[in-house]
Amino acid sequence: MSETKKAVFTKEMKDTHTILIPTMLPIHFRLLSTVMAVYGYKTKVLSNSGKRVIEQGLKNVHNDTCYPAQLVIGQLIDALETDKSLDLDKIALMITQTGGGCRASNYLYLLRKALDKCGYENIPVVSATFMKTEQSPGFSLPLTMILQLYYGIMFGDLIMLLNNQCLPYELEKGATQKAVDEAISLSEELLSKHKLLTWNMASDMMKQIINCFKKVERSKEKKIKVGIVGEIYVKYSPLGNNNLEDFLLSEGCEVVCPGLMDFMLYSFANSEFDYELYGMGGALKAKVMHEVNGFLRKKKRQMIELIKENSNFEPPAPFEVTIASAEGYIGHGVKMGEGWLLTAEMVELIQHSHCNNIVCTQPFGCLPNHICGKGVMRTIKEKNPQANIVAVDYDSGSSAVNQQNRIKLMLANARMEQKRQQEAQEKETVLA
Amino acid sequence: MDLKVGIDIGSTTVKVVVMKGKDVLYRVYQRHLAQVRQAALEALQGAKEFLNDPFKVAISGSAGLGVAECADIDFVQEVFATYETVKEYQPDTDAVVELGGEDAKIIFLSGGLEERMNGSCAGGTGAFIDQMATLLNVSSDELDSLALKHEKIYPIASRCGVFAKTDVQPLLNQGARKEDIAASIFQAVVDQTIAGLAQGREIKGKVLFLGGPLYYYKGLQQRFVETLKLGSGNAVFPDYGRFAVAIGAALFAGGVQKEFTFEELEAKLKDTSKQVATTNYLEPLFRNQQEYQDFVSRHKAATIPWCDIRTYNGKAYLGIDCGSTTTKLVLMNENYEVLYQYYASNEGNPVKVVKEQLETIYELCGDHVTICSAVSTGYGEDLIKNAFDLDEGIVETMAHFTAARHFEPRVDFILDIGGQDIKCFRIKNEAIDSIMLNEACSSGCGSFIETFAKSMGYTAEQFSQLGLFSQHPVDLGSRCTVFMNSSVKQAQKDGASVEDISAGLSMSVVKNVLYKVIRTRSAQDLGEYIVVQGGTFLNDAVLRSFELELGHNVIRPKFAGLMGAYGAAIYGKRIAKERSTMLVPEQLQHFVHEAKPFVCQGCTNHCNLTINTFGDGKRFISGNRCEKPLGMEKQALPDIYQYKLDKIKALEGTVGKRGKIGLPLGLNMYENIHFWHAFLTELGYEVVLSDISSRKLYASGQHTIPSDTACYPAKLMHGHVENLMRKNVPIIFYPCMSYNFNEKKGDNHYNCPVVAYYPELLHSNMGMLKYYKFWYPYFNMADRRMFEKKVYEFFHKEDPTITYSEIYGACDKAYSRYFAEIADIKEMGRKAIEEARRQGKGIVVLAGRPYHVDPEINHGINSLITSLGLAVVSEDCVSDLVEPVKVNVLNQWTYHSRLYNAAKYVTQNKDMELVQLVSFGCGIDAITTDEVADILTKGGKLYTQLKIDEINNLGAVKIRLRSLIGAIKEREMEKGE
Repeated sequence: MSETKKAVFTKEMKDTHTILIPTMLPIHFRLLSTVMAVYGYKTKVLSNSGKRVIEQGLKNVHNDTCYPAQLVIGQLIDALETDKSLDLDKIALMITQTGGGCRASNYLYLLRKALDKCGYENIPVVSATFMKTEQSPGFSLPLTMILQLYYGIMFGDLIMLLNNQCLPYELEKGATQKAVDEAISLSEELLSKHKLLTWNMASDMMKQIINCFKKVERSKEKKIKVGIVGEIYVKYSPLGNNNLEDFLLSEGCEVVCPGLMDFMLYSFANSEFDYELYGMGGALKAKVMHEVNGFLRKKKRQMIELIKENSNFEPPAPFEVTIASAEGYIGHGVKMGEGWLLTAEMVELIQHSHCNNIVCTQPFGCLPNHICGKGVMRTIKEKNPQANIVAVDYDSGSSAVNQQNRIKLMLANARMEQKRQQEAQEKETVLA
Repeated sequence: MDLKVGIDIGSTTVKVVVMKGKDVLYRVYQRHLAQVRQAALEALQGAKEFLNDPFKVAISGSAGLGVAECADIDFVQEVFATYETVKEYQPDTDAVVELGGEDAKIIFLSGGLEERMNGSCAGGTGAFIDQMATLLNVSSDELDSLALKHEKIYPIASRCGVFAKTDVQPLLNQGARKEDIAASIFQAVVDQTIAGLAQGREIKGKVLFLGGPLYYYKGLQQRFVETLKLGSGNAVFPDYGRFAVAIGAALFAGGVQKEFTFEELEAKLKDTSKQVATTNYLEPLFRNQQEYQDFVSRHKAATIPWCDIRTYNGKAYLGIDCGSTTTKLVLMNENYEVLYQYYASNEGNPVKVVKEQLETIYELCGDHVTICSAVSTGYGEDLIKNAFDLDEGIVETMAHFTAARHFEPRVDFILDIGGQDIKCFRIKNEAIDSIMLNEACSSGCGSFIETFAKSMGYTAEQFSQLGLFSQHPVDLGSRCTVFMNSSVKQAQKDGASVEDISAGLSMSVVKNVLYKVIRTRSAQDLGEYIVVQGGTFLNDAVLRSFELELGHNVIRPKFAGLMGAYGAAIYGKRIAKERSTMLVPEQLQHFVHEAKPFVCQGCTNHCNLTINTFGDGKRFISGNRCEKPLGMEKQALPDIYQYKLDKIKALEGTVGKRGKIGLPLGLNMYENIHFWHAFLTELGYEVVLSDISSRKLYASGQHTIPSDTACYPAKLMHGHVENLMRKNVPIIFYPCMSYNFNEKKGDNHYNCPVVAYYPELLHSNMGMLKYYKFWYPYFNMADRRMFEKKVYEFFHKEDPTITYSEIYGACDKAYSRYFAEIADIKEMGRKAIEEARRQGKGIVVLAGRPYHVDPEINHGINSLITSLGLAVVSEDCVSDLVEPVKVNVLNQWTYHSRLYNAAKYVTQNKDMELVQLVSFGCGIDAITTDEVADILTKGGKLYTQLKIDEINNLGAVKIRLRSLIGAIKEREMEKGE
């Protein structure tokens, strides 16, 4: 049988080709592409969305495959078909290759199949991966770049976090967005000047970011906090979750969304767990990974300290807390897809962030989420009776009204609880 | 003044109540037929006389969301509204079950407030009942009164409407009593509510039943009360049941700020009904009248010649296509000209329709036309053939193929969309190159449009005619019909017209076919000559949508709906003798038909049989999987599935010093059982297996399933664990395993996420497990040395008397036993192939996962295959007989790697075919199926996929398998000529 053609991203192409990157988190991806530019890659983060993207996904990817695959591949192909500014001979595509037992590890292959089907078999695909077998000669991830990317993600997470805490409360409309824009351009400027930041530079940058948001005047009113967790793509991507954040904001809520850093830390943590459970990878690798993880987790703790020292914003939890949050709910061996991290995030939202209202998002038919999403909700509710969780499936065929109606039920309960608490508080004050 | 109005706009109805304090002054309940805003306005008109003073108002319901937004009126979520009502009127209630048009809800009040709505893949609701009534060709009220007269209940898949239909249709065709089917449909709704919504919480105490369907259908009420075993007084069906949400909305309105006068509210609603919607639009089907005229005249050209039966003298051939919803007959002469045709609904009783038609035909034939052959096809093929002593039956796929090729010999591609099925054939070198059939979960077919049209108050023709000139067809997505329903709801919310919805639905049906069933992206894939047929293509809107989406003109024969019958008649001409064996007019006069249900006791399958008796004492039994109830001996053809199952059944525990330990027999345990059995027995445990799966076992654990879209094999595990608990074992052992054995066929050796971690889910969701030792450690059996170490750590911690040397010995036994077992299966496979070849029989590699050996999962497909004269071997028998296949996907799951190799092996063997078993909801198979199909097609083989779930009926499976056999024969004939 003939194999799907595999156009290779060669070393020469690094200079000549522009790499198209499907979007997931607009803020983060801008910063990541800045880092890539410093390392000599020309990139373009796609912003095309809407019906055409979904249509291309439906046409080119098996419809029973998960929705994120359809969207990511749909977005890339739609760009190739409609963006006339692209010189197709000078284009490469980037897709993540996570590896692991989830079917998401097949996105790269599904993309190649789709390209073949559409007659784009000559366009090279770059896989962003740590798997040796899938790396392209023209693309490599040296350690310094990985660390720099980590800083990029850190800045992104911080901006997202502060944005979420300002936007619902801003007194002057547009002030938060202004802070976001300023923070992004400051970060971009810094990242574009250095191949690797020193920690001083990075922490100084984070202070500046915090300062941007401190300028936003905020009201003191109490809004309902709603956490968003779930499969990584539909959790973050407005294209994947029908603009869930906007919807929640329009309902008068404050969105709490765990950062991308956690996903990276989770992936790295799993090699330690693999050793612990199965002795996989050997003791030496485990020891190295332990050091690496310790280093990366420390950076997150330092970021948390910075937030505490420089503002009254609520910082996220240290990753050590996240790891501990899973205990008693799910085993750390559950490592496919979002695995134990998803469970941990829900518990952490309730116990650490005091955010009892949660939307758990997943693509329709998501395999790992049967276990680590819907599968653990019973235990979470048993141990945390205040939990108010709604699971929402996303899919090209499911309608926004159905999703919104379910979320509205969760919100109605949240409001009832808020009212109850307020009344109880008032009573207390009266009595006092 | 405490005057308030509650408006509840659901998916199919509008409810308005006017309240003063706690009293309801006025209430109205009416269908809105998709005209949401107008209907709300009309409903409100009746309330005018009560609304002379200013009042407060709130809107609720899924379709009310958009109206409330546009009109800037307060909205309250419907479940929340219901809760308000219950608190006010029946605060001592323990649980509330509310069924609406398309949503189902449960509220638990006592013991912790909890509210739940159905997930996205669940259709046990009012719309589902309407759909089923249409299928039975009765009104919803009639369905209800039928149900009250039932004698027995059939198992009907309760997951969603599409699935249920797949179970109901064959029952109908087999002639099961409508009374029983009606009650079974209600039972399916009840099961769905309990399984999909209650999720482990028992519905008990005082239960309040609300919503339209539960108010109207006494049969449904009865099923609920019986199933939940509710005593009198504990099942409450209040008079306000239909209005619970509207009342709740009114109560909620009491607390809002805004006040309206009647005129103000009216103006607000009127204003919104004029607003332009924001839904996604598609291009109109026709831009102008001229385009339409061209389209019509182009398709007029494709006709089949006609001959007047009154003037014709000579031989004729009859084809009867007894389809899922319609019955079609064609009588054809020697020159392939049509003498007589008939196309109509089978009214749920095809035998009666055919009898009447035969009488008419005989009368028209008189002495001058001789019927030389009569052939039946379609769902009811066997029934009709047996009832009327026809000459032969032909599988429907082959009938359609025969007709299309006769019509256009150059045909490259045939697409047939019937009421229930979609069939596609790719033709290469005048032979069938591949057959594609729709799956249970993509049945966006004709009957869907028909049901939908009816629910909106139109006939199918009127409805499609409306769509032709819609200016803004709405984009409704392309997944299953349940999803389309909710997309329609979304469009309604945005105020789409009936015209736009009709055109949008046609487009959806077409997209479903193109992207989901055919899986193509362009016309070039299909070829130049594309013939479309089947009743659904009589609908011009569908035909036009298809051409537009494809960007290519196609050929629709004038008798598109009759092609199956025409094909059967053409086939009949080939096999014709002097005179047909069909019943003659005198015999028809005395023809009587009676159908009786019967449960076969021949084996543990307990098939639901239907025994049809005809006037002359002749009997026809349907619903069987094997020959046993027909009084025939089972054919002695090798069947590795049966062999594997028998080996597992033979496993027995040995009483040991460490007591009993229970193992659930499902998922990966099906293969690893030999490993663990040897291991644990050696350690001194008495191994107790859960019983072989059955529907009953499934039901016993059903209420603890948290995610109903998981695959059936996984969901069965709840029943197995329940079963072990009932057997009173102190320990239940079921390890988590990210990794499987490494068979070195692919890039890695994972298990799928569900297999790997299902023990975690069981632990979280089966509350009773806390009274047992449930051991679910993480192990990796691929690395024997590490396994030993880790398994020792675990067992030694649980039982300190266990020593390392004991573990070492047990591992020795376990590994050697496991590999011996694998070798034995391969050896038996080799022998089976040899034996089949000796008998000159074909061989089917039934490729799935080890757990597909479970008879409750494969529903006896292996026996069905042997009954069709083919030997059955499993994928692991042959997967080591070829070099590992290099595939275009990440080949990293052990079980799935076997599939690719097995497919490769099949292409190297002339007498072998591969049939892939796919469990519904298996996400990994979305990746493997394409790849397996690719390997087979490139190797010149046909690909057949059987999607299985809890659906018990093998009707569609049989059609697929017979199509495969038919296509192979046809190919061989072509080559021979």
